[in-house]
Amino acid sequence: MIGIEHYVVVSSILFVLGVLGIFLNRKNVIIILMAIELILLAVNLNLVAFSSFLGDLTGQIFAMFVLTVAAGEAAVGLAILVIYFRGRGTIAVDDVNRMKG
Amino acid sequence: MIQLIAFYLFATLATAAGALTILARNPVHSVLWLIVAFFNAAGLMVLVGAEFIAMLLVIVYVGAVAVLFLFVVMMLDIDFAELRAGFIRNFPLGFALALVLLMELVLGAGAYKAGALKLGTPDGSATAAAGASNIEAIGALLYSRYLFLFEAAGLVLLVAMVGAIVLTHRQRSGVRGQNVARQNARRPDEATHNVSPEVGKGVTL
Repeated sequence: MIGIEHYVVVSSILFVLGVLGIFLNRKNVIIILMAIELILLAVNLNLVAFSSFLGDLTGQIFAMFVLTVAAGEAAVGLAILVIYFRGRGTIAVDDVNRMKG
Repeated sequence: MIQLIAFYLFATLATAAGALTILARNPVHSVLWLIVAFFNAAGLMVLVGAEFIAMLLVIVYVGAVAVLFLFVVMMLDIDFAELRAGFIRNFPLGFALALVLLMELVLGAGAYKAGALKLGTPDGSATAAAGASNIEAIGALLYSRYLFLFEAAGLVLLVAMVGAIVLTHRQRSGVRGQNVARQNARRPDEATHNVSPEVGKGVTL
C-alpha cells in the first residue's frame, strides 16, 4: 500500500537532484534555473501529498501559489539571462562580479 | 495493485528524468527531460486525487515555462561544451552534499513513519465537502478564505510580466515607431486642405 512516506521519499529525491544540479552545473545558468524548477516541483509534490493524506485542501492551494511564484521566477530569471547574454556574449555565471557584491 | 504499479512507474520515471535533466550534455535535452519529470509528477498527483494541481502543473510548466526555456536555449548562441568545464571538478563535493541531504530527508521520513511525532490534526475547515470534486472544493476554498492571497498571486504574475518586458525591451535605432502624442495633436483643419487647381497646373503638396 502506498503511504505518505513513499511520496516524501520521491519528493526528497527530486529535491536533492535539484540541489545536485545547481552544484554540478555551476557555470550554466539555464541548467541552474531548471534545477530550481525541479526543487519547486519536489516542494509541490510534498505539499500535495500531505494535503491529500491529511484530508486538508490548504496544501493544494499553497501548491498553486508556489506554482505561481515559480512561473514568475522563471520569466524574470530568463529575462535577466537574455540581457546578460546581450551584454557579455556568454552565460557563464561563475564570474559574475559586475556589482562587486 | 494497479495503483502500486502506477506509483512506482511514475516515481521511477520522475526521478530518472530529474537526474537526466541535470546530467544531460545538451540543454535542449535537459528541457525535454524536465518536461518528462513534470508529466510524471503530475501523474503522481493524480494518484492521490489532486487532479486540479496536476493539470495546472502540465498546463503551466509544459505549456508555458518549458516552452520559455526552450525559446531561450535555442535563441542564444552559446558554446555549451565550455560551460561544462567544471562538471567533473564539482562532482565529488556536490555528490557528497546531495547524499547528506538525501540521508537527512529519508531520516525525516522514517521518523515520521515511526509515529513518534504528535502532529496536529486538520481542524476540518478545509476538508473537501462530501461529493464535491477536487476542482469544486479547491474553488470554494480559493474564492473564500484565500481570496486575498489569490489576488496577491495575480499581482505577482503581473509584476513578473511587467518586469520581464521592461528588462528585455530595447530601443532600436532607425525604426519608425508610432508617436502617439503627435497623432493626437493633429487636427483635421491642419491635416487637410482643399485645393482647386487649374487644369494642367498640378499642385504642390
